[in-house]
Amino acid sequence: MTIEAHASGPHPNPPPPDGGGGLSNLPPPKVGEGGAQPKAGRKGAQLGNVLKQRVLPVAVVTIIILAAWYAGAIWLNSPQAAEALTRAGKPWGTMDLIAHTFTMKRPVLPTPDQIVVDLWNSLTGYAPTSPRNLLFHAGVTAQAALTGLAMGVVLGVALAAGIVYVRTLEYSLLPWIIASQTIPILAIAPMIIVILGNIGLTGLLPKAVICMYLCFFPITVGMVKGLRAADPLWLDLMRTYSAGGLATFLKLRIPASLPFLFASLKVSVAISVVGAIVGELPAGAQAGLGARLLSGSYYGQTVQIWSALVMASLLSVVLIAVIRGVEVAVVGPIIGRGSAAR
Amino acid sequence: MPGDAGPPIVEARGLSLVYQAADKPVFALSEVDLAIHKGDFISLIGPSGCGKTTLLRVIADLERPTSGAITVEGMTPEQARLKRLYGYVFQAPALYPWRTVERNVMLPLEIMGVPKAERQARAADQLANVGLTGFEKKFPWQLSGGMQQRVSIARALALQPDLLLMDEPFGALDEITRDHLNLQLTQLWRRTGKTCVFVTHSIAEAVFLSTRIVVMSPRPGRILDIIDCDALPRERTLDIRESPEFAAIAHRVREGLKEGHSYDD
Repeated sequence: MTIEAHASGPHPNPPPPDGGGGLSNLPPPKVGEGGAQPKAGRKGAQLGNVLKQRVLPVAVVTIIILAAWYAGAIWLNSPQAAEALTRAGKPWGTMDLIAHTFTMKRPVLPTPDQIVVDLWNSLTGYAPTSPRNLLFHAGVTAQAALTGLAMGVVLGVALAAGIVYVRTLEYSLLPWIIASQTIPILAIAPMIIVILGNIGLTGLLPKAVICMYLCFFPITVGMVKGLRAADPLWLDLMRTYSAGGLATFLKLRIPASLPFLFASLKVSVAISVVGAIVGELPAGAQAGLGARLLSGSYYGQTVQIWSALVMASLLSVVLIAVIRGVEVAVVGPIIGRGSAAR
Repeated sequence: MPGDAGPPIVEARGLSLVYQAADKPVFALSEVDLAIHKGDFISLIGPSGCGKTTLLRVIADLERPTSGAITVEGMTPEQARLKRLYGYVFQAPALYPWRTVERNVMLPLEIMGVPKAERQARAADQLANVGLTGFEKKFPWQLSGGMQQRVSIARALALQPDLLLMDEPFGALDEITRDHLNLQLTQLWRRTGKTCVFVTHSIAEAVFLSTRIVVMSPRPGRILDIIDCDALPRERTLDIRESPEFAAIAHRVREGLKEGHSYDD
């Protein structure tokens, strides 16, 4: 799923044992994007089925990933571990080596339990306002990501409305919009920060601009489709009321586009978190998950890097869950779309 | 009242509408002359492609004629549309799925800028009119097809138009529901005294509802016959369908359709 892939780089993060509950809110076999499906009456006797269909597949994959992870830790950490054991001068066997690869201070690949312990210590050992607490950093990143997302929604919807209403904009604007997304964000992020810094804008705003730059694209694409989703009959109806352009936009095109907007939002919010983290890297920021990643890599604190990565992925999951919740509340009652609605 | 004195509500003279298709022009309407008077219930009947829906859409200013003249309440269709003088019921209910039944009926009133309290009162009135009191807070998908179409009629009535334009509103419904809604519609029409223009391809429906039946024929879309239904009482019950007068009118409609080669191939 996108959150995992975006937030945690090449190595997929398995849900840590105690944090697992949060992640499994997002079931992998997700059918359809638009409509919510609050099917009543799926309770009790169905619980076994839910366990079988939803929990079991996730659990199996989790166990496989964990096993591969521990094996990888042994493989990647053993040269250093062997060196350390030899330096200690005591005789050691294979079991000693394996035990050592799981408990090193600066392993090449930390084990999931090390990451969970580090994450747990950070979250519970300090006040949420302390820079040693990852919640503090997640908050800083989330602030930038959400500000950027909001800006991206405004820009994306405005562009989509322009494209839908002004035919020529579709041909003149769309190539530039697509081209903008072919530039690697890592290349353009420092430029944005330097340019905005030059005109006196630092801190949250440059990061939010980077997020917006990434976010607006899925919103534009989704909303162009969404704003055109209004049925011709619905438009005719507005005409018989001699409704103005604004009324048609607000009372017909926007509500008809909401399912598309939410689909785009879920993609955008995950990208936005990535954007905020990327934005924190070149700025030498003191706070934020990006800053945390950077300082971890300065000092070779691999465990710290990994727990920041897990935190970033948890942040994305939470934000997506929030959007999903809003979607269910807003679009949920309209599940008759298409079939019964007409 | 049909053929009453006084200016007609809708008057068309030499009305034509030609689509420029890729290979040849398509005559959707050709030289149509028609006068609809206050309190009339006019049915437009004919096979597919005879221009009955097009004629209704021209009256509603959803299409522009290529030539000829048409007035709606003495003005151009566009002026009549801008003044919101008619209510239009489409073939499909065309309810907005994100709005409850009540808010669907209030939609035209919101656009007109009617204050909220009055909107609610008028929506309640019209829902009572179509027998849907108690369904205000339901969403369209929670209603049957017939109920949805009744909501769309209530929505058209909410504008309080004198002229009601209906494009095969019951075409997609089963016969039992259709009979029921026809009865409700004819009672509504008698009670409110509105002028109705009703597109259908059901002969029985046309005879049952109408004061006059306009028989149309395709290629080019034109009027073949206009049949008065004065032989039938204005108050219609389902029983009149068994009467000889009903059969006679239905026969004449069928003859008219035959003349227009509606039953060919």
